[in-house]
Amino acid sequence: MHDLAAEARAQADEALAGSTRLSVARPGDRGVIVEVRADHAREHGVDVHELERRLLEFGFVEGARFELLHEGAIWKDPIAVRLDDMRIALRRRDAEDVWVRLDTAAR
Amino acid sequence: MSDAVIRPARVALVGNPNTGKTALFNALTGSRQKVANYAGVTVERKEGTVTTAAGRTLSVLDLPGTYSLRARSPDEAVTRDAVLGRLAGEEEPDVVVAVADATNLRLVLRLILELKAVGRPMVLALNMYDIAQRQGLRIDLEGLQQELGCPIVTTVATRKRGIEELTAKVDELVASGALSTDNTWHEPSAAEIRGAHREAQRILKAYVRPPERPDTFTAKVDAVLLHPLAGLLILGAVMFLVFQAVFSWAGPPADAIEAGVAWLGAEVGRLIPGDLLRSLVVDGLFAGVGSVLVFLPQILVLFFFIILLEDFGYMARAAFLMDRIMGVTGLHGRAFIPLFSSFACAIPGIMSARVIDQKRDRMTTILVAPLMTCSARIPVYTLIIGAFIPDRTVGPGFNLQGLVMFGLFASGVVSALVVSFVIRKVFWRGAVEPFLMELPTYKLPSAESVARNVLQRAQIFLSRAGRIILPLMVLVWVLSTFPSAPAGATGPAIDYSFAGMIGHAIQPLFAPIGFNWQMVVALIPGFAAREVAVAALGTVYAVGDAEANATALGVTLAHSWSLATGLSFLAWYIFAPQCVATLGVVKRETNSWGWTAVMFGYMVTLAYLASFAVYHAAVALGAG
Repeated sequence: MHDLAAEARAQADEALAGSTRLSVARPGDRGVIVEVRADHAREHGVDVHELERRLLEFGFVEGARFELLHEGAIWKDPIAVRLDDMRIALRRRDAEDVWVRLDTAAR
Repeated sequence: MSDAVIRPARVALVGNPNTGKTALFNALTGSRQKVANYAGVTVERKEGTVTTAAGRTLSVLDLPGTYSLRARSPDEAVTRDAVLGRLAGEEEPDVVVAVADATNLRLVLRLILELKAVGRPMVLALNMYDIAQRQGLRIDLEGLQQELGCPIVTTVATRKRGIEELTAKVDELVASGALSTDNTWHEPSAAEIRGAHREAQRILKAYVRPPERPDTFTAKVDAVLLHPLAGLLILGAVMFLVFQAVFSWAGPPADAIEAGVAWLGAEVGRLIPGDLLRSLVVDGLFAGVGSVLVFLPQILVLFFFIILLEDFGYMARAAFLMDRIMGVTGLHGRAFIPLFSSFACAIPGIMSARVIDQKRDRMTTILVAPLMTCSARIPVYTLIIGAFIPDRTVGPGFNLQGLVMFGLFASGVVSALVVSFVIRKVFWRGAVEPFLMELPTYKLPSAESVARNVLQRAQIFLSRAGRIILPLMVLVWVLSTFPSAPAGATGPAIDYSFAGMIGHAIQPLFAPIGFNWQMVVALIPGFAAREVAVAALGTVYAVGDAEANATALGVTLAHSWSLATGLSFLAWYIFAPQCVATLGVVKRETNSWGWTAVMFGYMVTLAYLASFAVYHAAVALGAG
């Protein structure tokens, strides 16, 4: 049987190849957001689609350029991210849902 | 305009946070504004009036800042409902003024698209236009106006520029009879938010040329203030300075107010015939008014710094730096300032919990704030420590009395963290909300706006907290005064009063934690304010002017209490809600007697358990 859902997922994974979660980025990293996808099982206190919408409302949207500016002193959390012309602070656990492609030059 | 009467109009200011919306509101309405609460919620309602050049009166509503009409907090729900005309007790606005930071248009464009769907006549105020120009940012105003289909006015609220143009545009819209079109707004889905972003991006590209000289000041300052190590050290230094200022600046005026009110009370008392009426006026009313006013200097100083730092943009940085530490208990970084302020006094601390967006976090913060060791506990701690803890050094540089004092402070902090953790588990089922916060560009605070804000805080405290505190103070007076001592009584008068009766009656309840009846009686007037317990102990032990004569009282206590009892009393004071003023402010800020009762209940329970444990541990160790 031809599994359409699996195929779609495979295609999505291919598009995300070479991308990483924003939650693992380090200060100085820059790049572009490739996907905002609230799909993982972690408890966020709000439903995952709500988190996705909040991220989107703060400007975490596909195609936006970002730079990781600062991180906290303890457990390197939270992080401060420059998004176009704004600075947004968020926790790494909430940044897990943001997939980014880093500029190679930055690493 | 030939009409004899020009119809007044209602205007609502809507915008992202940090766009200078409130500065614009102040520039528009000046001192003609009043602060209240929306019916049924503790969201601040700011309304003011302005008269346009054409003579029309505009009543302007400053709505809470939001990134979307899809409300996430009680404040944002007010904005949404007000714009949609659904807010109970509010009339819908005739014109919406969307306020935007001209240097940061991306997110506000998305909000404007949502506002357009609502269909109300709208004017866009591009605020901070001077900064945009300085940066060399070019906006094609004509084109943007066409694109958005609403008039655009450029403003510099802090310098009151563009204000007349703005009111003229609003006037024009109202005069032209512009009516709301059909409201097609609905809560956007993720896909729709993405679509709006694309639309905003297209508009930006077409009409806005990026700045030639982008702001680098904020980045430079952040490199220091958000540095993992330097940032924390600076935060510590800033907090230390604020703390110092609260104690050293607020101390003398607070003493002066106390003395002034007492003097005035005594003077007025002389004019009043009859002991009872005089006592009501002097010891009840004037002491009550004094107990409210005495907090005012602390509140003014603390809010001066909080508002100054907030307007500069530092508070968001403090929240960033403290977020992970606060996060251990499930709180957000934003809770740091209110809890810190509570070391001075829980009242401004609880009042400043308004900066926390999420209702759950706000409630948790309010509930634990009184556990922070406030300045009113210090006289009690000093008295008991002086009486029971030997003044000897333990190890290099450590004094046993100092260590006990530190331990009491630390117990307060640790218990606040534990309690907020438990509250989260019990009331909020362990949910940790996402933490997303804009770090605004640094801005020089305007003296006028800081002054206005500080005075508004003071006014709110006096008018509304006072309304609750004063009657409770009078109640405490009634309890400690009636019935009066019979002629020829030998004991102190309070012993014959309701407070005395209650004290004797409930003393068996306190026997397990080692309290004698004198202590229990002293606890009752001590509910007025913690430090009053010192005076009350002086009264029951018949030591004249206990506050001035603390050593004599200490000696008396050391003779009549066991060490275990003394320690138990200290433990009681870490937790007990011995402050009517705090309860009044909690009622006012949570808008609920239920939450006030929850706080009272858990604090009394903790106090009892802690005293019980301390007393019995001490007795077991031979200190009974």
